Amino acid sequence: MEWSFLLVQALSGLASASSLFVIASGLTIVFGVTRIVNFAHGSFYMLGAYIAVTIVPWLLEFDRSPTLFFAGVLASALAVGALGVVMEVLLLRRIYRVPELFQLLATFGVVLIVQDLVLLVWGPVDIPGPRAPGLRHGVYILDQRFPAYELFLIFVGPAVLALLWLLMHRTRFGVLIRAATQDREMVGALGVNQAMLFTGTLFLGAALAGLGGALQIPRVSASAQMDLSIITEAFVVTVIGGMGSVPGAFVAALLIGLLQAFGVLVFPKITLVLVFLLMAAVLVVKPWGLFGKPEAAAGRAVLPEGILDPRPLDLAGKVLAGVALLALLALPLVDAYAVKVGTEVLVLALAAFSLNFLVGNGGIVSFGHAAYFGLGAYGAGLLVTKTGLPMEPALVAAPIVGGAFAALFGFFVVRLSGIYLAMLTLAFAQIAYAVVFQWVEVTGGDNGLVSVWPSRWAASREVYHYLTAALTVAAIIFLRRVIHAPFGATLRAARDSAQRADAIGVDVRTHRWLGFTLAGAAAGLAGGLYAFSKGSIDPTLLGIPLSVDFLSMILLGGIQSVLGPVAGAAAFHAVKDFFMPLTDHWRLFLGLSIIAMVLIFPRGLAGAWASLRRRPA
Amino acid sequence: MPRFTVSRRALGALAVAPLASPAFAQPAPIRIGELNSYSRMAAFAVPYRNAMQLAQDAINAAGGVMGGRRIEFVFRDDGSTPGDAVRVAEELLTRENVSFLAGTFLSNVGLAVADFANQRKRLFLATEPLTDAITMAQGNRYTWRVRPSTYMQTRMLVEAIRGRSVKRWAIVAPNYEYGQSAAANFKRLLPSAIPDAEIVAEQFPALGRVDAGATVGALAQSRPDGIFNVLFGPDLTAFVREGNTRGLFERRTVVSLLTGEPEYLIPLGEETPEGWIVTGYPWEQIEAPPAHKAFIDAYRARFNDTPRKGSLLGYVTVQIIATLLNKANTLETEALVDALADLRTDSIVGPVVMRGLDHQGTLGTWVGETTLRGRQGAMKNIRYADGANYLFPEAEVLAARPRA
Repeated sequence: MEWSFLLVQALSGLASASSLFVIASGLTIVFGVTRIVNFAHGSFYMLGAYIAVTIVPWLLEFDRSPTLFFAGVLASALAVGALGVVMEVLLLRRIYRVPELFQLLATFGVVLIVQDLVLLVWGPVDIPGPRAPGLRHGVYILDQRFPAYELFLIFVGPAVLALLWLLMHRTRFGVLIRAATQDREMVGALGVNQAMLFTGTLFLGAALAGLGGALQIPRVSASAQMDLSIITEAFVVTVIGGMGSVPGAFVAALLIGLLQAFGVLVFPKITLVLVFLLMAAVLVVKPWGLFGKPEAAAGRAVLPEGILDPRPLDLAGKVLAGVALLALLALPLVDAYAVKVGTEVLVLALAAFSLNFLVGNGGIVSFGHAAYFGLGAYGAGLLVTKTGLPMEPALVAAPIVGGAFAALFGFFVVRLSGIYLAMLTLAFAQIAYAVVFQWVEVTGGDNGLVSVWPSRWAASREVYHYLTAALTVAAIIFLRRVIHAPFGATLRAARDSAQRADAIGVDVRTHRWLGFTLAGAAAGLAGGLYAFSKGSIDPTLLGIPLSVDFLSMILLGGIQSVLGPVAGAAAFHAVKDFFMPLTDHWRLFLGLSIIAMVLIFPRGLAGAWASLRRRPA
Repeated sequence: MPRFTVSRRALGALAVAPLASPAFAQPAPIRIGELNSYSRMAAFAVPYRNAMQLAQDAINAAGGVMGGRRIEFVFRDDGSTPGDAVRVAEELLTRENVSFLAGTFLSNVGLAVADFANQRKRLFLATEPLTDAITMAQGNRYTWRVRPSTYMQTRMLVEAIRGRSVKRWAIVAPNYEYGQSAAANFKRLLPSAIPDAEIVAEQFPALGRVDAGATVGALAQSRPDGIFNVLFGPDLTAFVREGNTRGLFERRTVVSLLTGEPEYLIPLGEETPEGWIVTGYPWEQIEAPPAHKAFIDAYRARFNDTPRKGSLLGYVTVQIIATLLNKANTLETEALVDALADLRTDSIVGPVVMRGLDHQGTLGTWVGETTLRGRQGAMKNIRYADGANYLFPEAEVLAARPRA
C-alpha cells in the first residue's frame, strides 16, 4: 500500500473521530454532572440534523455563503440545546430524587417519542442536506482526492475541545461543572443552585449533540434511524475515555475513528464489533476507562437502590399474587390470542425477574441481559434444528447455555462496578450479537433459524402456555427463594458496601460471579421458552433493544421490590400490545406511557403498591 | 346530492351488519391480514399500503370477488422484529379472523412469519422480503413471494453488463443477509456475463452505519474497473456523496441494486450519479399498459404524492389476491394454496404468474441507467425486465427446496 493512501485513510479516520468527539463530549459532560445515562442524546443528534436540513437550505436561499451555512448549523445546535432544557425542566427535574436508573428509563421514553415525532413532522423519506458552500470540492493530497469538508471537520473536534477547556477552566459555570463531576453532593452542600447547573449542563450537552448532527448534513441525509446508530458509538467513546472526562472522550474518539478507518482494510466484515472489542479490552485492563477515576462517592455509605429488606408476602400480597396466577391460568377461557400474549408475559417476567436478581438484589446493572436470553434461545434452537433433538432436552440446554456464557462474561464483568460494569455487559452482549449475526453457517446469520417448534404433545397454544407457566413460575419461586436465602443476603451486603462485606470475610467477587451466572441461566431458560413459542430464533433476541426492554420492565415494576419486575413485564408488554395494532405511531404512545408511569409511580408499580399498603408509621 | 349520501350510508350499514351477526345471510367481506413495517420502514410501507387501499376500493367498486363479496385488508405494524411479527400474525388469525396473511418487509421477519404460517397451515403471501431463502432452502407449501428476489434482480443487472470489457470488480454491500446474498449472487453470475472478470475488493459496512470515507478509500485503493453496489437508504446517500467528491465513480462502471426505485432515488436528489446501471421504477416514463398509466394517475390524484416501487407492489399484490379468490372460490387454505400454483394474473404491468415450482411470482422490475433531470434523479434507457426470464433454474430449485 502506498503512503499517500494510508495518509488519506488516516485523514478519513480523523474526520470521523472529530465528528464522534463533538457528540460524545456532550454525553460525557451530562453524565459527569447529572449521573444520567442519557439515551436521548442520540435523539438530540438526530434533531440537530433534521433542524439543520430544514433551516440551512432556507438560509442559503438568501445567499449561498459559507457564513450563512455555518450560522444555520450553529442555530440548529442552539435550538437543540433549547430542547435539552425543555427535557430537563419538564421531565428530569421531576425525577432527580428517584433512583438514577429511573432517569435512564425516562430518557428512553424520550427516544421513543422523538422517533415518532420526527416521522410526523418531517415524514419518512430521508432528507439530504445541502453541501457546505465553499467546501464542496475535493482537494488533492499527494495523488489522492479528499473532501475539503472533511478536512474542515478534522479541525472542528480540536476546536470544540479547546472551547470546552476554556469554558471549564475560565468560567464559573465550567468550574461548577467540574466540581459537580467530582462530587455532586458537596457542590450542593456548598449552596450552589443545582437546578440551574443541571439545566445549563443539559443545554450544553444537547447543543453539542445537535452541533454534531447539524455538521453531518453535507455528508449524510437526515433519517429516522440516525439516533440509535450513533448512541451506542457515543457511549463506547465516553466509556473508553472515562465517563465525565472530556479529554478522555477526545482520545477515545481518535482511537475509534482510526480503528475503523484501518479496520475496514483488514477485516471488512467485522466493523460491527470492532469498537466493542476495543471497549471490552480497555475495560478489562483499565476498569474506569483511559482517563476516568473511581467515583469519589464510591467509598461513601449511600442509600442503596434496590431490594432493601425482602420480607415474606403479607396477606394482601399473597392474594394479589394468587389472583394474578389464577388469571394467567384462566387465560385459555378468554381466547387463543390472549393465551399467546400470556405465554409471552410469563417468559418476559422470568427474564425481567432474573435481571432484577442482578440489579435490585446484587447492584449489578446489566445493559446486556438479552445476551443470555438470546444465547439460551440459540442453544435450544440449534439443538432442535441442527441435531434434530426434541424440545425437552433443548429446554434443559437453554439455561445451561445461558448460564455458561454468563459465567464466561461474568468473570470479567464482576470485577467492575457501576456504569463501567453496565457498559462491559453491553460490550459482551454486542460481541455475542455480532458472532451470532456473522456466523451464517451455524446460526443462519440475521435471517436466523426457523422450525423451532415444541414437541407434538405441547404443540397447542394452551398446553404450551401451561408448560411455560409451570417452568417460569417454578424458576421465579426458586430465584425468590435464593433472594431470601443467605446467598441473596450476601449479594445485598456486597452491593451496599463491598469493603465491609469483604472485611467480614465474604468473597465478594465469587458471590457476584455466581449470582451473575445464576441470573444468566434463568434468562437462558426464558429465551429457550420464547424460541419455542415463536418457532424461530434470530439475532434481535440478543440485541440492545431487547436489553433495554428488560430494563424498562424492571424499572416500571420497581427494582426495590422482589416481585415488582413481574408486574413490570406484564404492564410493559400489555401497553405495547395495546398500542401496536391501533396506530403506526405506537412508539410515541409507548414512550408517553413510560414517562407517565415514571412521573406517577416514581418507584415503580411495586413502589406504588407498597405506599398504598403502608400503615401510618 | 343528499339522497346519494343517504344511500351510501345505507350501503355502509349493510356492509357492517354481517360483522355484527355472523349468521346473517348477506355475504361478509373477506378479511386479509396485512402486516408490515409501517412504523420503521414508513418510506416504503406507507405508499405500499396506500396502493393496497386503492386497489381494494377499485375491486370492491367493481363488484368484489367470488361473486360479489368485498375484500377488506386489516393492516398491522409488524414491529420490525420476528418476535413481534409472529405475535401480530397470531392476533390477525385468531382475533381478526383473517383468511390469510400478506406482507412483511425485513427478510428475517418474513422468514419467521413464513415458518409460522407453515406451522399453522395458513397461507402467507410474502410481498416484500427479498431473501432467496424464503422460496428456496426455507420454502414451504404455504408461503409465496410476489416481489423479484435478490437473485432475480442481481441477474437482471448482470445481464445488462454482459460482454463489457470490465474486468476488475469491487463489491460494496450492507453487512446483513440481503447484502451478503446479493454479493454472493453477483460473484456466482458474473463469470457467465464476463468470463475473465475478477473480484478485487469487498466491503461490508454495517447496515445504517457506513463509514463512507473509509469505505470509499478502501474501494478506490483496489483500483477496480467496475463497482457492484448493494447499499441503499441513508448508507447510499453517504456513500454517493463521498464517492462523488473523491471521484470514485469516474470512468468506472457502477452496477447498483434498487437504486432506481423512487424510495432510494428521491433522497439522492442532485447528487444522483450519471450512468449507474440500476433496477428501479421510473413511473414518470411509463405509458403502457394503459392500466398501469391509469393506476399512476389514480394514485397521484388520491394521495397527492408520486407512486413508489412499494405502491406498484401493493397494487399488484391485491390484483393477485383478487384473481386467486375468484379462481379458488373458497377461503379454505389448502384450496387457496392449490389455486395459487401457476396462477396467472393480468396485472397492471402485464401477466404475473405465481410459479408453482418455487412459489415465486414473475413480477419484474425496470432496468436502466441513472441520470440527473434538473435537481432530481431519474432513470434513462429503461426496459421492463419480466421476472419470468430471471427465475432460478428448475434444477437449482429442486435441489434447494425441501420436499413436502
